[in-house]
Amino acid sequence: MFDLTGKSALVTGASGGIGGAVARALHGAGASVALSGTRAGPLEALAAELGSRAHVLPCDLSDMAAVDALPKQAADAMGAVDILVNNAGITRDGLMMRMSDDDWDQVIAVNLGSTFRLCRGVLRGMMKARWGRIVNITSVVAQAGNPGQANYAAAKAGVAGMSRSLAQEIASRGVTVNCVAPGLIATAMTDKLNDEQRGKILAGVPAGRMGEPAEVAAAVLFLASAEAAYITGATLDVNGGGDML
Amino acid sequence: MSDIAVRVKKIVVEHLGVEEDKVTENASFIDDLGADSLDTVELVMAFEEEFGIEIPDDAAETIQTFGDAVKFISEAA
Repeated sequence: MFDLTGKSALVTGASGGIGGAVARALHGAGASVALSGTRAGPLEALAAELGSRAHVLPCDLSDMAAVDALPKQAADAMGAVDILVNNAGITRDGLMMRMSDDDWDQVIAVNLGSTFRLCRGVLRGMMKARWGRIVNITSVVAQAGNPGQANYAAAKAGVAGMSRSLAQEIASRGVTVNCVAPGLIATAMTDKLNDEQRGKILAGVPAGRMGEPAEVAAAVLFLASAEAAYITGATLDVNGGGDML
Repeated sequence: MSDIAVRVKKIVVEHLGVEEDKVTENASFIDDLGADSLDTVELVMAFEEEFGIEIPDDAAETIQTFGDAVKFISEAA
C-alpha cells in the first residue's frame, strides 16, 4: 500500500519539523521530492540524507513572484508535480488588541496567499494528467481558535475553506484536495511555548502527549496515495483526540 | 479551413474526445460536444498556450462554439 513510485511531490516548509517528516515519508514511499523552504542549509542537509530523487528549491513564500515561479521550477526539476503539500507557515502571535497590520498581513499572505498561489500553479499539470493530490497542512486552531493567534487561525481556517471549494471544482479530474490539521506537535514552532502554555494545551489532549512530526506525515502520505482517491475536501485531524473536547 | 481552424479543431478533438466531424462551425462546446464548465476553462487555457495569446475572462465567456473560438483567435493572434 501507499506506493508513490514514479510520482513527484513538492513540499513547502521542508526545512521544518513537520515538512521534513512529510518529505521523508513521501520519499520513503518512492516519490521524487522537491524540498522548498526559506533556509537552504537544512534543505541541503535533508536532500543529502535522502540521497537520490531529492531536489532543493529554496523559496521565500512572502515573495509572491518567487511563489508563482516555484511550481514550474519543481516541474522542471522532477518532470511534473503530482503531489503538492502546502506545509510552510509562519506565526506572529499577539493578542488582537495589540496586533499590528503587518503581523496580520504577513501571516495571511504567507499561510493563505502562498497556498492559494501554489495550488493554482500546479492545477494545470494535474488536470492534464487527470491525477493529482493536494494536501494542505492546517491546524487544530482553524476550528478551535486560539487566544493570541487570530491571524494564524484565520489563515488556517481560510485554507480549509479554500481547499473544500477547490476540491469541488476539480474532483472530476482525478485531483483531490484535503487538509491535515495537526494539534500540538513537537517542533521548533511549539518549542516556543512555555511550560504553562504547553501544560494547558496538553490538559485538553486525551492522548496526554504531544504528537510527533512522523505521525502527521503518515496522514499526509495516506491522502497523497492512490488508495485515497475517493477522499476529497476532507480534513484529517491528527491531534491525539484534542478536538473532541 | 484556415490553419488556425485546423489547430483549434485538433485541440477540441483531443481535449473533449469527440469525432472530428462533430466539430462544426456552430457546434457548442457545452450543448453539442459534451463539455462541462471546467472543460471550457481548460480549452481556453489550451488555446492561449497554442497561439501564445491571452484570452481575458470576459472574452472567454463569449466563446461558446467552435466558430466563436476560431473567430476570436484569428482576430487576436
